[in-house]
This record gives sequence, structure tokens and C-alpha cells, in this order.
Amino acid sequence: MKSSRRNFLKIAGVSAVGLSAKPVLDAFATADADEHAATATPEKASNKKALTGKRWALVINTHKLQTKEALEPIIEACNKLHNVPHIENERWEIKWIWGEEFKHAFPGKEDTFLPEHVKHNPFLVLCNHCENPPCVRACPTKATFQRDDGIVLMDFHRCIGCRFCMAACPYGSRSFNFRDPRQFITEQNPDFPTRSKGVVEKCNFCAERLAVGKQPACVEASGGALIFGNVDDPASEVRKVLNKNFTIRRKQGLGTGPMVFYIV
Amino acid sequence: MLELALQGSKRYYTWIAALLALIGVGFACYLYQFDFGLGITGMSRDVSWGFYIANFTFLVGVAAGGVMVVLPYYIHNYKAFGRITILGEFLAISAVTMCLLFIIVDLGQPIRALNVLLYPTPTSILFWDMIVLNGYLFLNIIVGWNVLQAERNGVPPQKWLKPLIYLSIPWAVGIHTVTAYLYCGLPGRGFWLTAILAPRFLASAFAAGPSFLILLCLLIRNITKFDPGREQIQSLAKIVTYAIILNVFFLLCEVFVAFYSNIPEHTDHLTYLFAGLHGKSALVPWMWTSMVLMAVAILLLIVPVTRQNETVLAVACVCVFLGTWIDKGMGMISGGFVPSPLHHVNEYMPTFPEILITIGVYGVGFLVLTALFKIATTVKEEVAA
Amino acid sequence: MNDKKKIITGLAIFLFLFTLPIWYNLVSATSAPEPELSAKAKAAKTCVRSKEYMVAEHMQLLDVWRDTVVRTGERTYTNPDGKQFNMSLSTGENSCIGCHVSKADFCDKCHNYASVNPYCWDCHIDPKEKK
Repeated sequence: MKSSRRNFLKIAGVSAVGLSAKPVLDAFATADADEHAATATPEKASNKKALTGKRWALVINTHKLQTKEALEPIIEACNKLHNVPHIENERWEIKWIWGEEFKHAFPGKEDTFLPEHVKHNPFLVLCNHCENPPCVRACPTKATFQRDDGIVLMDFHRCIGCRFCMAACPYGSRSFNFRDPRQFITEQNPDFPTRSKGVVEKCNFCAERLAVGKQPACVEASGGALIFGNVDDPASEVRKVLNKNFTIRRKQGLGTGPMVFYIV
Repeated sequence: MLELALQGSKRYYTWIAALLALIGVGFACYLYQFDFGLGITGMSRDVSWGFYIANFTFLVGVAAGGVMVVLPYYIHNYKAFGRITILGEFLAISAVTMCLLFIIVDLGQPIRALNVLLYPTPTSILFWDMIVLNGYLFLNIIVGWNVLQAERNGVPPQKWLKPLIYLSIPWAVGIHTVTAYLYCGLPGRGFWLTAILAPRFLASAFAAGPSFLILLCLLIRNITKFDPGREQIQSLAKIVTYAIILNVFFLLCEVFVAFYSNIPEHTDHLTYLFAGLHGKSALVPWMWTSMVLMAVAILLLIVPVTRQNETVLAVACVCVFLGTWIDKGMGMISGGFVPSPLHHVNEYMPTFPEILITIGVYGVGFLVLTALFKIATTVKEEVAA
Repeated sequence: MNDKKKIITGLAIFLFLFTLPIWYNLVSATSAPEPELSAKAKAAKTCVRSKEYMVAEHMQLLDVWRDTVVRTGERTYTNPDGKQFNMSLSTGENSCIGCHVSKADFCDKCHNYASVNPYCWDCHIDPKEKK
């Protein structure tokens, strides 16, 4: 009696393990099936108008952005478009693109003998859409991933909120939704989803605008101070600007390959 | 054997009830966090990991520390530890349980936790951490349970357990190494970016785990009829001695490299922890307390007379446990985030509900520990009788 | 086995309580609500796929859509009839909610009945509820 009960429990235990493995196997199976389905009848394709590039990059001409007021419309354009909440409590702040003093934007490059305007002007900082993004390496669910065109994107549906990517990012470009952000958005833009509490977010290089053939919102609002384009294309405007001007990047020594360049 | 955990004295049930009460309070706070978001904690945009992850890290160490009784017995055939290997394994089970719970309570979207399995990502150390921790949990459950059962039945343990036992030894080193890799592979976090982080974690683990085990052994001797043995406790004490000295040595290596090279990215964090930075110094008293505790512990442990006095040894073990807990639980995680990569100094302190949730998780761990140790000691009493 | 009676009674009570939701639904049965089509949706006659397909598979379709849009950047869906659609739940006219304009009548009715709580609208904004 006793040993048969033990056997029963053993079998039950093993089957429980087996059953719990099933969804995983199913997930693999359906993933395959999905791919087949995609190539069979219904088809999905990119928008014909979409801007395409192999490696998107942004050049920031800081000569044209000397004051806090000059940055404001750029930051506002992004915040409005992407429903970035405005939270007073600094601990819970959500930031996609914002201003930092030189010593914060470029720690390690600060210098007593820098010209005053460089010391005190605000510098625009945002996600660098790194060539070798440490956040993508760190993410345990591929919720943050790198697209073929280099954009480092977040899949808010998938993020579990472990915040490993925030520890991994050397630029402090990522924010976590410590609260439900909706209550902190004064005017919602229904064309872009908000985020839910418990996920990480950051700049997406306006992937949703590139898809319909538009430049990123910050670039559009910058009056020519920001130049965006495909850095892989020698004929592109960004390349021309980079050829003509000396630029610096943030923490280049870390090998992340940031794709945001600063003309200082 | 599980029924043994259900039969106990009044004192036993009172203790269980107390733990359940703590768990209840913690769970209520967790429901609040689940509804409100992680905003109820002291964490922030700059310090995005706090008390939960710090305690997780510390407890991975305690879990790994269990191997310090398993290894001498099975590899070096040190017979004395045969009496207490089960205690090391059961301690590991409860510690890993707490680790997994700490990860869950730290998630912003706990409902989606299984995405880690649905979209396995081998480049992520967190993915590997999940694998090694769960693996270690199961290894210890299987090995501990079966060996104890065999002991109860008066038969030698099953042969197929041997490979699992041998596997569990490097696996223990593995869990804490992988946990260190969570931190030390991140560019732009100067405090963690050091090859010695995994060895340092292991040293503090092999100090904290066995010192806690000594305290448990002393407790067991007092409240049960099972005596883990004086020789066993003394051998553990020597292990603690070596490990805590190594831990402090590794820390000093860090301090030397940071301050002799004088690279700001590395010194800033240590300066923040031990002297304060830009007027922010919340952790300074904690860190110095930790240093004093570890120094006192080393003194008490190194001198044979004090180490061999079990009362003093208990004091030394408390010092080791608290000292390493502050070092890892308070300093290691916050210290890595302050100053931030943009050199802002925003400090972190856990909030009240955050601490209650943490205590709740510890409550679960101690509940598991109590039940398992109750089983183990009852079996030992039975066998001796 | 002297407790036969007690055990059987206990089991019966347990089974009754356990299956109570089924009995409750049988007694108080309300019929499943029909989603209400907007004028626009009625005029369009057909959704991105057949009605039967959408009834059974809309959640899978949306799941595939969201993955495709976010992860591959592909936003145009060609259905088996060769008609093209913008793959979007809530972006303006050219989206699911652009045609099924009333979330309350179209989505919530059934979801409430079936007691399912998809979290789509935690993030996606229903233009009608826009602040």
C-alpha cells in the first residue's frame, strides 16, 4: 500500500513536470506554425512610404541649441507625441529626451578649462541606439531588441519589468514606470499608446514615424539643429555633416557604439 | 516524512504562527505594491534595484554556502560532516526559495514572469540565473530528501544520488558566480566592473552561509535532542574564519585598485559608501558598522581560545552574518547605482512597505527552513533512539 | 471504514460546491451578448478576415499583429483576398478602433460576459475615452 502510494506520487510528480513543460514546447511549435502561416496566405509587409536605412544616426548641433528654451520645443514635441508623462516626483520621472549639463552628459570629459558656454549649456541626451547595445544583451525576454536598421526598440507587451536593462545602460537613457503613467499625462495623443505600470521605456527613434516616411519628431521640431539619417550611406546628409564637423559621442570608450553624435 | 513537520510542541506552533503572521503582513503589502506599482518602494530612476535584489544577492550566497558542509564530506571524506550535510542542503533549499520570491516581488510585471521561458535569451545573465537557481533548488530537494529518507530507513542512499551530489558542488559555486555576472558584466557601472566580484561574492557566501549554519546548529542543540556535534561546529568555524578573511582581503584589493589607480569611475562609489559624496552619506554609518563587525569577527575567530568558546563563537557568527549582510545587502547594490552613470547622486533607502515585504519573504524562507529542519532533526532523533 | 457515510456526504457537498458555477449559470442563464457593429463596420461588410475567423481567432490575429508591427516593423496586412490593411489596434481611422468605433459595444460587451480582461487598453487609447 505504502510503496504503491509512493509510486503514484512519483508518477503524478513526473507528469506534473511534463505538463508544465508542455506550454513551452507548444510555444516553440506555434512559433514555427506562425512563421509558416506568415509565408502562406495572409501577408505582412512594410509600408511603401517607410524610410529605410541600414544604420540610423542622429547628429546634434549644439551650437544651435545654446539655451534651455531652445531645447524645450524639441523635448515637448517628443513628450506630446509619445504620451511621455510629466511626473513631479524625481524618483519616478520618465524621460525620453532631455537636457543635461556637459559634466553629466559627458562624465569623464568634464574639464575645468572648458569654455563657459560648454560648461553651462544644456545638452540633449536620449537613447544612443548603440551598435552594441548592452541593454539588449541583458534583457531576459528580448523585450528590448535591435532592429536590422540599428534601432534599439522596446516591446512593451513583453517587458516583465526586471530593470536589468536599466542597470546595463551606461547612459541612464531608460525609465521605469513606477506608477501607472496615465494620470500624469495632461493631454493624451490617441495615436500612440501610453505605457502601463511596471515596464521600462525609452526613446524609440520615432520608429512609428519612420514607418510612414516621416523624420523623427525631435528632428522636425529642431529647426535644423538635429540631423537624422542613414550613416551607412556616404551620400546621406548625416554623413556630410559628420565629414565637415568634429563630433564627439558619449562614453565611446565603453565600446557600445553610440549612434548620437554631438557637434560641440 | 512530511508529516513530521506537522507534529510539534506548543512552542513550535507558536513560532509557525508568528512566521505566518509576518508572511500575512508582507503579502498584504505586496498586494498594495501589485496594485500601486513599484512606486511604493524607495527605488528610483537612478537606483533601479534596491532592497529586494540586494537581499536576493545575499541569499544566493547563503544558499551557495551550504556546499561548505557537502564538499568536505563527499569529496574529502570528512566523516564528521555526515551528521550535518542535510542541514546545509535544507538551508540551501530555503535560501533559494527566498531568492526566487525576491525576484518575483521585484518584477514590475510579475504576471509575465514566464516570458523568460517563452522567449529564452541565452545572452541574458538573468536567464542563466533563473536556470542555475532552479537547478540548485531541485538538486538540493532531491538529494537532501532522499539521503534523509535513506537514513531514516536505515539503508544506504540510492546509488544514482552520487552523481547529483557531485554535480551540486560546482553548481553551488555556479549560482553565485552567475549572480555576480549579473553585475560585473555591465559597462558603465564602475563599482561592479571588476573581475574579482564573483570571487568576492563567493568568499562572503562561504562566510555568511556557514556562520548561519553554526548558529542553527547551536540552536538545534538547545531545543532538540539532536546534537550536531562540537567537532562539526568547530570545523565550520574554521571555514568561516578563512572565508571572512578572504572576503575582507578581496574588499581591500578593490580599495587598492580603485584608489591607487585613482580612476574616478571606480573611486566615486567607494567614496560614496565610506565617506559620502556631494553631501549625500546615508550609507556611511552602515558601511563602517559592517567593517567593524567583520573586523571584530575576524579577531574573535582567529584567536583559538575565543573561537573554541561556543558562546563567543556565536557572537562572532552574528557579527559575520550581519557584517556581510550590510556589505552585500545595503552597500553592494545601492553602491553600484550611486553615483548614477550621469554622475547624479541620488540616494536610496528602502521604504516601510518595502521592508515589510522583504520581511514577509524572509518569513516564507524561515517557514520552509523550520519545517525542513524539524523533519531533519526528528529523523536524527529517531535514528539515534 | 466506518466513516463511509460521512465521506460520501462530504464528497457530495464538495462536488456540489465545486461545480456550483455550472449550476448557477444553467439556472440564471443569460444568452451571450452579440457585439454591436458600428454603422461604419456594417457598411464595410467584412473585416480584415471573415466573420467566423475573426470571432474565433481575433486574439491570435491581434497577437501576431502586435508582434509583427513592433518587432519586424511590417505594418501592412494583405488578407487572402488581396485586400490591404494597416495593422493597428488604435491609430486613427485606419485601425481596428477606427472602424469598430465603440469599444464599449464591440469589445467590452463580450469580454465582460466571458469575464476576460485583455490588457490592450491599459496602454492603447480608446479615442472616445481620451483625456
